[in-house]
Amino acid sequence: MSTVTHPSGPARSDTAPPARPPAARRDVGNGFGGRIFNGFSHLFLAVWAIMVVYPLLWVVMSALKTDSEVIREPLSLIPDALQWDNFARAWTAGIDSFFLNTLLVLVFSVTLTMLLGSMAAYALARYEFRGNRLIYWMFLSGLTLPIYLAAVPLFKGVYNTGVSLPLLGPNKHLMLILVYVAWSLSFTIFFMHSFFRTLPDSIAEAAQVDGASHTRTFFSVMLPMAKPGLISIGIFNVLGQWNQWYLPTLLMQSVSGEPKNQVIAQGLIELSVNQGYKSDWSGLFAGVTMAMLPVLIVYIVFQRQVQSGLTAGVGK
Amino acid sequence: MRHGVARFVTGFLALPVALYLFYVVWPFAQAAGYSLTDWGGYSDSQRFVGLDNYVRLFSDELIRKAFWHNVFFLVTVPLFTIALALFLAFLLNVGGREDRAGIRGVFGSGIYKVIFFFPQVLSLVVIAVMWQQIYRTDGQGLINGLLIKIGLVDADNPIAFTADPEPFLGVPAVLWWLLFIAVWSGAGFYMVLFSAAMQSIPKDIYEAAILDGAGRFHTFFKVTLPLLRDSISVAWVYLGFIALDMYALVFVMTPSQGGPNHASEIFASVIQFNAFQKGQFGYACAIAVALAIFTILLAALQLRITRRERIEF
Repeated sequence: MSTVTHPSGPARSDTAPPARPPAARRDVGNGFGGRIFNGFSHLFLAVWAIMVVYPLLWVVMSALKTDSEVIREPLSLIPDALQWDNFARAWTAGIDSFFLNTLLVLVFSVTLTMLLGSMAAYALARYEFRGNRLIYWMFLSGLTLPIYLAAVPLFKGVYNTGVSLPLLGPNKHLMLILVYVAWSLSFTIFFMHSFFRTLPDSIAEAAQVDGASHTRTFFSVMLPMAKPGLISIGIFNVLGQWNQWYLPTLLMQSVSGEPKNQVIAQGLIELSVNQGYKSDWSGLFAGVTMAMLPVLIVYIVFQRQVQSGLTAGVGK
Repeated sequence: MRHGVARFVTGFLALPVALYLFYVVWPFAQAAGYSLTDWGGYSDSQRFVGLDNYVRLFSDELIRKAFWHNVFFLVTVPLFTIALALFLAFLLNVGGREDRAGIRGVFGSGIYKVIFFFPQVLSLVVIAVMWQQIYRTDGQGLINGLLIKIGLVDADNPIAFTADPEPFLGVPAVLWWLLFIAVWSGAGFYMVLFSAAMQSIPKDIYEAAILDGAGRFHTFFKVTLPLLRDSISVAWVYLGFIALDMYALVFVMTPSQGGPNHASEIFASVIQFNAFQKGQFGYACAIAVALAIFTILLAALQLRITRRERIEF
């Protein structure tokens, strides 16, 4: 395999076994050293697994304790009695509306992101016209610019729009949906663009020979063919928008004293930063648990798709 | 077949481009404009001050601090995350026993992969709020509680974690504690990425290496690692962006969002501080433009360094 053209990484000559004749190779890994290494692998992997799982489990179990138990026995993973009403209390203390707002925004913002993103990516990837490159690079440049740069003018723009179009003002769901879509377009277009490029021309041409319009070709032929890409970028967008906290903190502010329409990430920050739960530790734990369990469960059920979807998003 | 192409393309692009121009491009352009004024943010009066804001940047003590903290994260977050992810991927894929089919992954590697990936699907906010409780500075925190119980830490003098500005290896301790969270949450994702890349390397390369008498360490360092070059450089670029965006952690976990005593300021927190607490929007925009230039230069630099001829297989 002479394709390896550059020097390798840090060579660890101390661990490299001397060359063996091929006949002896079968027991290279099953000898004493191999077994120790196997044991060490398991030990280290198990330690890291515990470091990941234990904090999560601790949060969930603390959410089921009484407040005095949280203070008295902070470390124990087994509550004296399961306090389910912590969840009820946290739920009515605001988490319910956080969930509702998040769901309401995400259903539309993710759908619209996917639709507009793949439409734009398709037009840019498969049609030659003047300004094609310019528009493509305009979208791409959004990937490198820090969001904080746009914060102040963005809020001002939204505020001014709200004066004449109240539905697009601060603290409005529709506004947040459009902002999410706009800010998700860069990566979605970047990803789908490379995807549409790889699809064969012949099928699109056949569809058009059969008399399908460009729009029809896109929706009934090309889009179904792009399904693997759509799943990847869809998972990416769902997680990204569910986790978004900066844009809602900036834009879902109450300007005229009405209650804020907070989404989940924003609401949790506020609860913890402003100590909204003050001495209600179990309630805060319950809130965090409710924010993380749905995502974790969805992930465990669809772990193969989520893993390959997210890593494909990076690998492209 | 060119019939109606112009109308079709316009129809498909009009809405996305309009949204993007209004909510992304226009705010960026305005920010660049404001950075040349002394606008306070709340009044309508603004005066053109030329490059004054930019000149001021260079003598601002806070910016200098934030700059070095950003550089700290830029170096350490990718370095530690990739090293740990590679190590985990290595154990997972070559830590198992060897049989006729070659070296195997450890038993249960599928379960490990699922678990290690957990933090990736949690939002940074959930992670931050959770770690806030783990890092509590009294016996109620997970780590302090454990250490007090086994007697490693004095109950009257617990670890201060993110409230600790004392330097460790020349860097405020609070930054090391934040770094730990970043590595904790990122390692699993990149491990899965590297694992997938390792498995896409054709078996016959390994067979050839084993025929040549290479052991698993040798094979890993001489064959696997070089072939992973592409994935590693992609990971480096992405982690670079994440490192620039540690703001959620700073925002939730440090006292007065950048404290204690400005020990954990990064660019984003300085922008926020100047814009919303000191009411100097013009100046905040200048910092943001500087950050944008810094980011773009960095991205270009990284692409340049990591661009190498691809190894096709």
